Amino acid sequence: MLTLQKVSLDLGPNTIVSGVDLQVAPGESVCLVGPSGCGKTSLLRLASGVLAATSGQVRNHFTTTAAVFQESRLLPWRRLLDNIALGLKARGVPRRDRLTQAKELADQVGLSDYDEHFPHELSGGMQQRVALARALAVGADFLLLDEPFSALDVGLRSEAQDLVERLVVDQGIATLMVTHDLTEALRLAHRIIVVSGSPGTVVFEHPVTTPYRERSHAWLYEEAGHLLRQPVVSESFLFHPDSEVA
Amino acid sequence: MGSLIRSGLGWGGSLTGVLLFVALWEWGSLSYGSFLLPGPRDALSAIVGFADNGELWTAVWATTWRAMTGFAIAALAGVSLGLIAGLSHTVGRALEPVSTVLLGIPPIAWIVLALLWFGSGSLAAIYTVVATTIPVAFAGAQIGARTLDQRLQEMGDVFRVPFAMRLWDFYLPHIVSYVFPALITALGVAWKVTVMAELFATEDGVGAGMAMARVSLDTAGAMAWILVVVVLLLVAEHGFLRPLQKKMEPWRQVKGPAMPG
Repeated sequence: MLTLQKVSLDLGPNTIVSGVDLQVAPGESVCLVGPSGCGKTSLLRLASGVLAATSGQVRNHFTTTAAVFQESRLLPWRRLLDNIALGLKARGVPRRDRLTQAKELADQVGLSDYDEHFPHELSGGMQQRVALARALAVGADFLLLDEPFSALDVGLRSEAQDLVERLVVDQGIATLMVTHDLTEALRLAHRIIVVSGSPGTVVFEHPVTTPYRERSHAWLYEEAGHLLRQPVVSESFLFHPDSEVA
Repeated sequence: MGSLIRSGLGWGGSLTGVLLFVALWEWGSLSYGSFLLPGPRDALSAIVGFADNGELWTAVWATTWRAMTGFAIAALAGVSLGLIAGLSHTVGRALEPVSTVLLGIPPIAWIVLALLWFGSGSLAAIYTVVATTIPVAFAGAQIGARTLDQRLQEMGDVFRVPFAMRLWDFYLPHIVSYVFPALITALGVAWKVTVMAELFATEDGVGAGMAMARVSLDTAGAMAWILVVVVLLLVAEHGFLRPLQKKMEPWRQVKGPAMPG
């Protein structure tokens, strides 16, 4: 269980987020959506513990937290399997064991033929799959995903979402995922939280109860349309003609 | 097969450059006369002459030994200081001006000082090499330590990577990629400075050979010694440092195109 209680964060003179209450239950998939610069990534950093809240409380009761970042952040000088096994090495797993586990994960993310490759020999989509495998390797029960597929084109993104659904959500791993794509959120989340404003606050919450197999493309777009008709959501997402003119 | 042809063409390309240079040299020698500019054949026969009377090998050994000792000391000290300076801003700020001053002092000035302090001999030459190459190694290591990727650090935080592993897996490979080019430059400087120091400070070595050639107006001999130094430098770089770099940085060697994923 992750709990953020009345969390605010100041960086220098700027207040990034203010008074945020947020919970992620075990096995729950929560998506944070909102315009860029509203503090979504900062919320992830608070959850991962690399940033400390200025006020309020952050409590992370999950045993193992791992993350997939916007860029793959692989070690350029290590081969694919060693990159996947990074977290295991940090936990002192012997080399042979960790490479065996890494090999299994490489198979699961569809990279079984690329064991000996260096990151720069892989495409962007493949690198993100390695990053996902690295996060899964440590046996995380809580995964932070920071716009992991924003750099991928539509087809690859859909493939990567399938992978997350299959290897993360279906396996009961709790996730907190940041995205600026409403359809991506609708596809993967049990609950969508809209963060907006400066400083960022939670402006809207929306539980997604439709089972995953019923979330077709048509449903995704229709549901995104529904959400955007909510004034508070459209206000944080859509272009404001009035303010532009004034 | 394809790669064989490609590497053959690569070698052919380099060979063309070398042959072109030798041809120009020969042409210059023919038009200015072999006293002002002895041709490649004169230089080669001078080298053979040095080899016959044993002068060549003692000189090569003396110069190599001095250059390598100076280079090793400078690399060790420069890289360690550079790492400290890159990781700590205070130390960096304190050492940077020192490094700039060292870089600004011409090697010839170091030789004069070394002669005054240590008298003539190997020590003066080695000292000069150390003083002139330390700033190069220092700068490489400092930039390497200063440009560590913050995003990788954050990733390391999230995955709870312990400090020792961070040194080995995060810092070292990054720093090595900056230190190696600096060391290759430093090695070149080390040879040149050794020869110069020997010209003034020692009785043996390639530099002393050149001093002898000067006294006896032996232009072919001087050319021969220049060739010897160039060959020594090439052997040190391509026979030792580059293979070492290849071994330590395999990830830089593969340049295959990204496979569609």
